[in-house]
Amino acid sequence: MPAHRPRISIVSELRQSLVASVWFMFLTFPIMVIRVNTIENTIEWRWRNMVLIGLGTFFLSFIWRFFLRRREAGRKKAEGGETQRLTLTRRIIAAREVRRPSLVAVGAFVLLFPFLFSTYQTNIMITALIYVMLGLGLNIVVGVAGLLDLGYVAFYAVGAYAYALLNHHYGLGFYSVLPLGALLGLTFGVLLGFPVLRLRGDYLAIVTLGFGEIIRLILENWNEFSQGPSGIAGIDRPGLFGLDLDLDLAMKYLYYLMVVMVLFTIFVVNRLQNSRIGRAWLALREDEIACQAMGIDKHKTKLTAFGLGATWAGMAGVIFAAKTTFVNPASFTFMESAIILSIVVMGGMGSIVGVTLAAFVLMLLPEYLRAFSEYRMLLFGACLVLMMVFRPGGLIQKVQRHYEFHDQGPAGRD
Amino acid sequence: METLLNIKALYMRFGGLAALEEIDLEVRTGEITALIGPNGAGKTTIFNCITGIYNPTAGDILAGRPGRKPQRLNGRAPNEVTALGLARTFQNIRLFPNLTVLENVMIGRHCRTRAGILGAVLRDRRTRGEERETLVRSYRLLTRFALEPFVNELAKNLPYGVQRRVEIVRALATEPFLLLLDEPAAGMNINETRQLDELINRIRDEENVSILLIEHDMSLVMSLSDRIYVMDYGRMIAQGPPARIKNDPNVIKAYLGEDLDA
Repeated sequence: MPAHRPRISIVSELRQSLVASVWFMFLTFPIMVIRVNTIENTIEWRWRNMVLIGLGTFFLSFIWRFFLRRREAGRKKAEGGETQRLTLTRRIIAAREVRRPSLVAVGAFVLLFPFLFSTYQTNIMITALIYVMLGLGLNIVVGVAGLLDLGYVAFYAVGAYAYALLNHHYGLGFYSVLPLGALLGLTFGVLLGFPVLRLRGDYLAIVTLGFGEIIRLILENWNEFSQGPSGIAGIDRPGLFGLDLDLDLAMKYLYYLMVVMVLFTIFVVNRLQNSRIGRAWLALREDEIACQAMGIDKHKTKLTAFGLGATWAGMAGVIFAAKTTFVNPASFTFMESAIILSIVVMGGMGSIVGVTLAAFVLMLLPEYLRAFSEYRMLLFGACLVLMMVFRPGGLIQKVQRHYEFHDQGPAGRD
Repeated sequence: METLLNIKALYMRFGGLAALEEIDLEVRTGEITALIGPNGAGKTTIFNCITGIYNPTAGDILAGRPGRKPQRLNGRAPNEVTALGLARTFQNIRLFPNLTVLENVMIGRHCRTRAGILGAVLRDRRTRGEERETLVRSYRLLTRFALEPFVNELAKNLPYGVQRRVEIVRALATEPFLLLLDEPAAGMNINETRQLDELINRIRDEENVSILLIEHDMSLVMSLSDRIYVMDYGRMIAQGPPARIKNDPNVIKAYLGEDLDA
């Protein structure tokens, strides 16, 4: 009888959680309950700890199981071939009456942000926006074209040092270096692309990892060129018609500049994805041999993916240097690449909205977890693990472009 | 009748292993040519040599659209071969699993379109027109082969038989003059195989595409093919129309083994 089934399964769930908690109490008994007091030569029995562990494990395991079961159910429903049911979030996004006001609200919030919050908050937001840009750039390489790049931060460094050095030695301004940074990023992207044309998967990941380290080590050790680990200080902030801006105004200005850059990135990446080039990248990700059999030049496609991805990193680097007014090699470690990669994976491969959201989550979460002081990174790590367990496809999975055909011809909608 | 594909004295060696030895093969306009032989005879190796996945050790592969000068295919990249007008399917289906059927077919139009990065970003009139044409042509192609109900389905969610058909249609989207099918009936039931028979005939008659196919299903091969090539151990052991192949002693020996008393 179907009406009975959920109840029975809840009882069995409870029993399983109970087993788990008993098992944990048993396992942690020696370290959590028994304590030998070496001064008085007595044994303390801390039964309270055992009770706490039992209760904690019981609830955690029950919640964990509940979410797992929900996911299973969702998957079964999807496989059952029911007419694609949209998730709640997606239905909200799709509904026009919700969409417009919420877009207006988000837009207003974005525009007013620097006036509502302190310079410190604005500063954090600028960093988050830089990572949105980096995430979207890497999304082209990893999410769309499926090329696992672990050295993405190298192109970020190229952009940052390009501005730092050109500003330091030749006094070039932000706006003249921004396109140069993009161009340098592109050049380095293609340069890295050539030797890895034949590689894919794990091998590609290792070579790109090496490339990232090479760039960092060069910057660290070639003192005459990059001033080594001490870095380059006193880089100019972006100017506004030669006006003299104080720190607060400069940050506000940079914030708006960054918002424009992110919108520009989203615009370009979105158009690229829904184009002939974007489809070639997807084909490359899905099946390299079939991709070539469809007449797609594998090498050219890989190079454009690497090059375009690196272009955004180059530009983001220029902005980073302008924001901090100081660069040194310590800002471009493998950890940075790993974070940008997490942004792409957590956001949902190839999903622009997802990657944008993930960049905010990953950059802002550690900031607002500061309240937990030393547990900050532990909680951050736990969040990552939980998200990957319950949403393995990313925060917002890419929605397949859906086409409807009428008599007069096809009409596409996202 | 014109020769579309001409393979002359083809050799393929992998180290000390001779996978193909002195292979001659011809495909003519409007014909369905079959390539048969026991497992490991080297049939797929020939396909891989033609489509640029392998670079043959010696010999010539010449191909060209009807009425054009044939070109030498040896050592060309797979995408160049496809651009020239030879499309293939794979023994184990190689659709793009996480893309929709329509996207799969649209990707097939890649080598017949031109839009670059700048066009994609600016979306000028030419790019928009080209996008539209890609969409319309892909959709029409799918309609012609009764696949329009699956247009927005992900390729990986399709039934096996439909996946095979989509793969063939995707190959047709590249506008080939010669279609190479690698075991299209593998894993199909009798009903699906009959539909396939009809599909291949239609491709030849309505789309004017000649066909070279590898197949193990003998009844399908005999009913479809105009000419059959038989391979064994990397060599061509017989060729001719189906009626002659059926009674060829060499072929019977290759398939059933040698009589010990002989």
